[in-house]
Amino acid sequence: MSSVNDRGRRDFLKKSAIAASMTVAPGVVLQTLQARAEPRTTAVTSKVRWGMLIDTNKCADGCNDCVAACDKENGIDLVNKPEGADDALWERQRPHWIRHVKLKDNITGRITNLPMMCQHCEYPPCVDVCPTGASFKRADGIVMVDRHICIGCRYCMMACPYKARSFIHAEVAEKLTHTPRGKGCVESCNFCVHRLDNGQTTTACQDACKHKAIVFGDLNDPGSEVSKALKQYPSVQIRDDLKLNTGVRYTNI
Amino acid sequence: MKKVHFSEWGIESPKYWGLLALLGVVIAISGGAAWYMEHNGHWVTGMTNQIVWGTPHVFAIFLIVAASGALNVASIGTAFDKRLYKPLGRLSGLLAITLLVGGLAVLVLDLGRADRLLVAMTHYNFKSIFAWNIFLYTGFMAIVAIYLWFMMDRRMNKYYKPAGIGAFLWRIILTTGTGSIFGFIVARQGYDAAILAPMFVIMSFAYGLAIYILVLLYAAKLDGREVGDKVLFRLKNLLGVFAASVFYFTLVYHLTNLYGTENHEYERFILLDGGVYTALFWIGWVFVGNLLPIALVYHPSIGKTRGGIIAAATAVVLGGLATIYVVVIGGQAFPMAIFPGKTVLSSGFFDGVNGQPFLYSPSLPEVLLGIGGLALTLLLTFIGIRVLQFLPVTLSDEAMDPHHVKS
Repeated sequence: MSSVNDRGRRDFLKKSAIAASMTVAPGVVLQTLQARAEPRTTAVTSKVRWGMLIDTNKCADGCNDCVAACDKENGIDLVNKPEGADDALWERQRPHWIRHVKLKDNITGRITNLPMMCQHCEYPPCVDVCPTGASFKRADGIVMVDRHICIGCRYCMMACPYKARSFIHAEVAEKLTHTPRGKGCVESCNFCVHRLDNGQTTTACQDACKHKAIVFGDLNDPGSEVSKALKQYPSVQIRDDLKLNTGVRYTNI
Repeated sequence: MKKVHFSEWGIESPKYWGLLALLGVVIAISGGAAWYMEHNGHWVTGMTNQIVWGTPHVFAIFLIVAASGALNVASIGTAFDKRLYKPLGRLSGLLAITLLVGGLAVLVLDLGRADRLLVAMTHYNFKSIFAWNIFLYTGFMAIVAIYLWFMMDRRMNKYYKPAGIGAFLWRIILTTGTGSIFGFIVARQGYDAAILAPMFVIMSFAYGLAIYILVLLYAAKLDGREVGDKVLFRLKNLLGVFAASVFYFTLVYHLTNLYGTENHEYERFILLDGGVYTALFWIGWVFVGNLLPIALVYHPSIGKTRGGIIAAATAVVLGGLATIYVVVIGGQAFPMAIFPGKTVLSSGFFDGVNGQPFLYSPSLPEVLLGIGGLALTLLLTFIGIRVLQFLPVTLSDEAMDPHHVKS
């Protein structure tokens, strides 16, 4: 009798062990796979400085492709008007990372079209004034907001000479994993940093521009398309009197 | 001068508790407004991505500026040894603290993430004048508290003068810091002027003293304390000097701006065609805040009446709120010169199309939050003078002899 009992117990233990390993194994395997999947262990370096050249001659009047692409890429189109909000007021409150601006020269009357966004200054006033350090500049020149420590004081918005920043005025129900967004914090264009950190080298606005008005790349690499274009054509920084050394440059303004 | 005695505020209990209850209700309504804005987000306010600081900032900055000014009365007594001012010092210190608490409460409750106050206290960027101000404000409260302790505790009286001088220097730095919040903003035409820092200091002198006079007269009237003409006239003359100084700084600020062509558009906006901002500048800032109080306090007959003095102090307060409104909101409403020499024909993000200013109209919750800060200041002040001996028993002319020889 006792040997039968022993066999039963052995069977039970064997089956339990198999069941247990089958339960745990996928987790262990996945865990291992995940651990192998390119952890971002290396810090961003200043060897790269991301920048952009915008040819305003190519930027077309009435075209809004870059704005639409940015809105989609960064989930700005998911920010819905709160129920009961006034249309005109909400339009001034909803976030914008990039905008189309049409200008007329006061003396010559020449018309210019251009996209305007965070200029990714080397000496960003928004970073200077931020009390907590939430507004910061990465080593590769990208100026962005750490949304974990932004207290929503909006001093950066007061200080930005380009009016590039937006405050999130309402609860956001839906957001993209790579662009978290929360009520009460400030945000702005980050050169599609999620793309760059995953090895891509273009921004959504650049990809969307069928007129090829936007050239993006590494300003520190003399061989990059943007560096070559900057060398070839005369370009300006907007509000260059402030000596901020912007990462975004314009031609034909 | 006779020896000064102090006593707690002796108004009858029902009146005292009724007053606290009234202020409590105002604070509760204001708290409700803050909760409403925090719960929904700032879309329920008039603030936008163009006008990022609204009415709460106007009240908060006014109260913070007035806080450092309220300490002036004590400083004149301690740092400058004017004996007549010594009995006035305790209330001055108390008001400095309570005004600052009221202002900071409004400022903090208007943050996008007021719940992250702890983050603001643990993460610092020392290049930010805002971060400096966090230390300047908390330090101010601590220093004034110590100053009051040394002032009120006979054993510590020997350290009272250094503490007073310390508090005086600290307050000058503090208001310079508040003015620099705007002075350091290179992006906007109306700011980016070093004169804003000293102008804020002189504004604080006027606003703080005006509130001091009003609170002193109210508290004294309610429990039948005498405030003699000698003290009151000295204070009101000083108020006239301060109001005139603010006027002088206003002139210099705008005249120097007018000298430079690049500022003409901004000056045109504030002085001529800025709509509500132009009206608030001339009627609120210049007339009610500067000229009217000067005329009232120096008027040969009105200037010697309680009513005239109260009206002058009230005008300084109301004009002060208008001044801060023009500085804070007018400065933002004027479109930024992102593209100098060009007119914006269209923009997807309100860049001042055809030079039009940005729109802002204050919402009710914003105003309620601001008024709550004022109510909190008064509530704390009234509790303070009730439980501790802040008020001199009398400020009658007999008790205060201004011709007393300095001992």
